[in-house]
Amino acid sequence: MDAEAAKYIGAGLACLGMLGAAIGVGNIFGSFLEGAMRNPSAAQGQFGNLIFGFAVTEALGIFSLLIALLLLFVV
Amino acid sequence: MHQFQIERFAPFDINGIDASFSNASLMMVAGAGLATLFMTQAMAPKAMVPGRAQVVAEGAYNFIHSMVRDASGAEGVKKFFPFVFTLFIFIFMANMLGMFPYFFTPTSQIVVTATLALIVFATVIIVGVTKNGFKFLKLFAPSGVPIYILWFVIIIEIISFFSRPLSHAVRLWANVFAGHVLLKVFASFVPMMAAAGFVGILGSILPLGMTVALYALEFLVAFLQAYVFALLTCIYLNDALHPGH
Repeated sequence: MDAEAAKYIGAGLACLGMLGAAIGVGNIFGSFLEGAMRNPSAAQGQFGNLIFGFAVTEALGIFSLLIALLLLFVV
Repeated sequence: MHQFQIERFAPFDINGIDASFSNASLMMVAGAGLATLFMTQAMAPKAMVPGRAQVVAEGAYNFIHSMVRDASGAEGVKKFFPFVFTLFIFIFMANMLGMFPYFFTPTSQIVVTATLALIVFATVIIVGVTKNGFKFLKLFAPSGVPIYILWFVIIIEIISFFSRPLSHAVRLWANVFAGHVLLKVFASFVPMMAAAGFVGILGSILPLGMTVALYALEFLVAFLQAYVFALLTCIYLNDALHPGH
């Protein structure tokens, strides 16, 4: 296997990391909706926390995307 | 890709550092200028019963004001509100102007987002050290942690502290960059399918509709990422003000 092919396989594998971020982000919004349906009056005040959790979780998926892009265009 | 290419309008060089006025600089100046113009013009009447423009300006102000108050308290509002508001408006304008076809998006260049993130990182360290002195190091040792796992927690806290500017910069850049690439990919499906004859032209409605839907999503992302950047800035600055958790 030449290095070029290994690079593309590596980039594809790196994208699998986004699976975890997808589960995490879905979990955050799902849990938020679950809580918001139980107590809708408290939901408004938690928008900041919701977005913060989303951002922190999403960062990990972004890292794996970064690795994939680095493998494709930089290495 | 063509939309991410830098074009130098006025080449300028300081000791080997490229400081040309490029299309990226132009869009940043345009974004900052438009925002300043809008804010000053909208707030010029200072009406008790606000007009439409004034409602938008006051709404943006109140939105960020309540965000800073919730995330970093009254002291944070007093010290950092202008900084956070400027950051938010700058990133928001850069993202939104970038949504126009043929316009350059400054935030799709990692050097722009990395500069913004490093400004925030430096502010956190400078404010934290000048305000708290050596107590700033308590940021790395949360209170209430049992002593025998404290060394491990300290290592994790140090790593998380120094990976902040990285994730802060890369989050904004990657979201904007990936969004624009996605739009380009879906838009390129349209002529590819339409070239395949009558059935292809009918079928090309599907990727066209997808492009429109993604465009709407990108507007949401443009706002959301500016908001996320500002919110994380508030949370980091709150750490600088109150490092003891």
